Amino acid sequence: MSKILIRGANVLGGEPQDVLIDGETIAAVGTGLSADGARVIEAAGQVLLPGLVDLHTHLREPGREDSETVLTGTKAAAVGGYTAVHAMANTFPVADTAGVVEQVWRLGRESGYCDVQPVGAVTVGLEGRQLAELGAMHDSAAGVRVFSDDGKCVDDAVIMRRALEYVKAFDGVVAQHAQEPRLTEGAQMNEGVVSAELGLGGWPAVAEESIIARDVLLAAHVGSRVHICHLSTAGSVELVRWAKSKGWDVTAEVTPHHLLLTDELVRSYNPVYKVNPPLRTEADVLALREALADGTIDCVATDHAPHPHEDKDCEWGAAAMGMVGLETALSVVQHTMVDSGLLDWAGVADRMSFRPAHIGRLEGHGRPIAAGEPANLTLVDSAYRGVVDPAGFASRSRNTPYEGRELPGRVTHTFLRGRTTVVDGILA
Amino acid sequence: MKRHLISAADLTRDDAVLILDTAEEMARVADRPIKKLPTLRGRTVVNLFFEDSTRTRISFEAAAKRLSADVINFSAKGSSVSKGESLKDTALTLEAMGADAVVIRHHDSGAPHRLATSGWIGGSVVNAGDGTHEHPTQALLDAFTMRRRLGEGVGSDLSGRRITVVGDILHSRVARSNVHLLTTLGAEVTLVAPPTLVPIGVQQWPCEVSYDLDAVLAKSDAVMMLRVQRERMNAAFFPTEREYARRYGLDGERMARMPEHAIVMHPGPMNRGMEITAEVADSPRCTAVEQVTNGVSIRMAVLYLLLGGNEPALTAGTGTSTRTEESK
Ligand SMILES: [Zn+2]
Repeated sequence: MSKILIRGANVLGGEPQDVLIDGETIAAVGTGLSADGARVIEAAGQVLLPGLVDLHTHLREPGREDSETVLTGTKAAAVGGYTAVHAMANTFPVADTAGVVEQVWRLGRESGYCDVQPVGAVTVGLEGRQLAELGAMHDSAAGVRVFSDDGKCVDDAVIMRRALEYVKAFDGVVAQHAQEPRLTEGAQMNEGVVSAELGLGGWPAVAEESIIARDVLLAAHVGSRVHICHLSTAGSVELVRWAKSKGWDVTAEVTPHHLLLTDELVRSYNPVYKVNPPLRTEADVLALREALADGTIDCVATDHAPHPHEDKDCEWGAAAMGMVGLETALSVVQHTMVDSGLLDWAGVADRMSFRPAHIGRLEGHGRPIAAGEPANLTLVDSAYRGVVDPAGFASRSRNTPYEGRELPGRVTHTFLRGRTTVVDGILA
Repeated sequence: MKRHLISAADLTRDDAVLILDTAEEMARVADRPIKKLPTLRGRTVVNLFFEDSTRTRISFEAAAKRLSADVINFSAKGSSVSKGESLKDTALTLEAMGADAVVIRHHDSGAPHRLATSGWIGGSVVNAGDGTHEHPTQALLDAFTMRRRLGEGVGSDLSGRRITVVGDILHSRVARSNVHLLTTLGAEVTLVAPPTLVPIGVQQWPCEVSYDLDAVLAKSDAVMMLRVQRERMNAAFFPTEREYARRYGLDGERMARMPEHAIVMHPGPMNRGMEITAEVADSPRCTAVEQVTNGVSIRMAVLYLLLGGNEPALTAGTGTSTRTEESK
């Protein structure tokens, strides 16, 4: 039983086709497929994508369940069209042991809305001093392959070198939050014209770029792969482009908000725009879009960072950094990349599913839409336009910078191994 | 004028001149035997200070009291309430107490802006210094002092005057407010500092920047010396106090190279021996004490214009308090 026929969807934005799901698997892709015994989803005019994969999600559990839990975070992910997310390690306690990563992994399995692949901390307590038991986390049920101290930079060059070398033993990758700590003491926003006027501590581009430069050189030297989290500057793009031109195994991600928003918004002193790395300039935004289009930047990652209301309902200096992003990511990508003509839907599938799954060495996700593949799929009504209303979010937090903004596109259905987690835009 | 005074950049030339002219009227009250006007009787002004500044607080307090307002001093510094909640909760408390104006000093840039735009309170907000952002009443009292000392009369601005601001521009809210206000009033502003103490992005400011104090002294009508914290050298902004004083401090010899009529200003408190020598600080060309006096007149004018009715501050005969259309 449990057959579903998705009828007439534009697969990867191409010609209309029918996709038949049988159980957990795609049974057939073609035209005029028989609906016999299947639930039919009329999908004419909609775009069918592989289930989205996020390399950078903060689910906050354990420790900050007031802002998000694995359950609410995976619901938000499903609404956003995701079938797998990587849960960052900066929880309380930190995900720096096999025990914690297995706990998060198990909570993800129990939620049933979206696969949760835990990320392990690189160093004990994210403190940058001693390597965490990377091998034990990899060998655990969670099977960790991505390691990151995200939220903090692995700034010690020796620790970074060792981590890059060590994870080669199990094809792991270190995902670096590139932020030179001394150059960003007291940093509140991008350092430039706007920070000078507003009198807010500057977060200079060079603090990101100098770490990226060092780390791509380190990765090349020891023959490891390195992934750069949330690239935010035009200079970072140049460095990654250069590293790739050398043939080094360097990958990079960009967040939706860095593809759309600039530091001009900080003039409102509204902490909803406070994020790390900070919103940059228009020139940076354009460079990031171009780099995502030409593949220099491999993927879009949300850096979904839920915070409770009170942590944003205050003055800028006291506010927490971060924005929720799972439920708006695809719309922002459609707006900035597809509707602007920079990327087609096949490109979106590549940057939001194939490549992030490959970087994370995630099995069963980021696969082609073809017979025999796991039925992890996302159906998008790209003609839809709507105003973002955080009151309707599945996430426990509401700290979105897009409130009241009109954005295109809506996920109508999400399929996790053949089961609908979202139906007609509503959680199933 | 708008309902709040958050940034000197929000003031038009006419707004600024109106405040200066109103302050002249207020200054006259100080010369009377009874230094008090009934204008703000029954209105409540709250001094909300998240950062110690006795000087600024008592200046606002004196200004409000001379206008017969009720004054509540609320010092939130050292409060055990978590930082994030305290501004909002305090604001809601003040709102419940019926504050007509909140004068706020805060260590975070943008806190007054947030207070004015968050919907937490309904009264007027006056920025009494926020982080390293702005301190608009300081700039107004500086402009008032310049206009008086440089012989410009009521109704006039500072067109063509050349003002030099020296010191820690990067961390100075006084400098930011002065750049906005003085250029709005037609003055030409030059900032002088070691490059480490000039913000990245300063190129967009409507002023000149020089690293050489001696080069600009001879063509300055006023030289404003900013306080430089000695601790800055620990973060390598400059090597030693001695080197700072030698390159950017104002001593008698340098003062002698200023034009005859030029004045020396300082927002206080002064770091004698650092940015200014005792000889300069105590000379008649230094307006530091006068600036304090003028501060009360300016703050009276600001509170009056934000809270007062459409009546002139003083009865009849001043001829200068015509309000602009934006006034309300
Ligand atoms: Zn990060």
